[in-house]
Amino acid sequence: MTTVPRFKRGVKFRFDTVRNVWIILAPEKLFMPDDIAVEILRLVDGARTTDHIVDDLARRFDAPRETIADDVVAALDDLSLRGAIQL
Amino acid sequence: MTPPPMGLIIELTHRCPLQCAYCSNPLKLDPPSSELATDEWLRVLDEAAALGVLQVHFSGGEPMARRDLEQLVAHANAAGLYTNIITSGVLLDAERMRALITAGVDHVQLSFQDSEALRADVAGGYRGGHAKKLLAAALIRNSGLPLTSNFVVHRQNIDRVEEMIALGEALGSERMEIAHVQYYGWALRNRNALLPTIDQLESTTAIVEAARARLHGRIAIDYVVPDYYAARPKACMGGWGQRFINISPSGKALPCHAAETIPDMEFPSVREWSLFDLWHDAEAFARFRGTDWMPAPCQGCDRREIDWGGCRCQALALAGNAAATDPACTRAPMHHVMATAISEAGETDFTIPRRLARAPA
Repeated sequence: MTTVPRFKRGVKFRFDTVRNVWIILAPEKLFMPDDIAVEILRLVDGARTTDHIVDDLARRFDAPRETIADDVVAALDDLSLRGAIQL
Repeated sequence: MTPPPMGLIIELTHRCPLQCAYCSNPLKLDPPSSELATDEWLRVLDEAAALGVLQVHFSGGEPMARRDLEQLVAHANAAGLYTNIITSGVLLDAERMRALITAGVDHVQLSFQDSEALRADVAGGYRGGHAKKLLAAALIRNSGLPLTSNFVVHRQNIDRVEEMIALGEALGSERMEIAHVQYYGWALRNRNALLPTIDQLESTTAIVEAARARLHGRIAIDYVVPDYYAARPKACMGGWGQRFINISPSGKALPCHAAETIPDMEFPSVREWSLFDLWHDAEAFARFRGTDWMPAPCQGCDRREIDWGGCRCQALALAGNAAATDPACTRAPMHHVMATAISEAGETDFTIPRRLARAPA
């Protein structure tokens, strides 16, 4: 939980104003992360740890911290497998 | 209304220092005098971003043969487009690498002809080319960009696929593509010398699977299989007129890079059409879009929105009709031509090198 997730080289995360969705752009592929992943990715800045991200989301969304932590860890693992971030 | 395209493939030029016999460019290459000017490409990039394109792939020919590549990348980047360069690397030096980084390039895909320098140089028809590619790979890696190394495999080099993967690994690739030749253009003309045997295909597939398992989590390997041995066709371009626009050096907007081989179609030029208008209104983009156009084996097929009927250009080339089911599909009436092609392969080792000056008969 003290790791600092960051975007992998060659990966961009940006808002697509034509489709009104957040989008991950990567070498030879792109995909639209789900709503939970978007909230997490907006906090991935190469400085915040996973713990910090969980704290921030727990403050903003009225949910138990453990639940948020489970969601964040699962989402980060998935995004890492899909080549968007490194942990 | 048709959803906007995701990707734009820009064939900046058909000029290329290499002469690979497996090139998928058309036999009739666009001459340099016909190429779009810088300001025309700049307008196309603006129109692409406004239309909803997300990624732009600078291709060719050799895109680095255009001296304005850096300017176009910078413009695309400023418009919010993800920029990818598909290059042979032989024109990449330290100065141009710096310029591309300054321009904001996101990714470079570097192609290799073989794992061995001499064989690679013969395949590309360019002495010293392989050595330049090794330098290009180092320049790309040292600049901080992720590297995708692309190995195109065929009958004459496929037995070294293990060495190719080892080379890609040694170069520090983050991704590798082991891509069987796609038989269009020059590659189709040279098919008898290039199409691998079933034994070659099976041993290559096994090697790639083993490498994938070994490199899992470190290097992703994309593996493109040849249609000729497939049971189902590829979803060419993610469906005709659905995800991509390909623009030829002279500015023709194409739903598939080989589309100009279809004789009775008129393709809109970006000199006369905006990208928005041609995407939504051009007959060429509408003709094979979706499922309405499909012939019998595709209509009612549970895979019609997965394969989208395969490739129209391959249907034309192999079945003689662009509106037929792609013969790569086992359900296609003309599927038997694939077996014929396989049986004819290997009758020759001779290939016609890809050249701008003359098109073979």
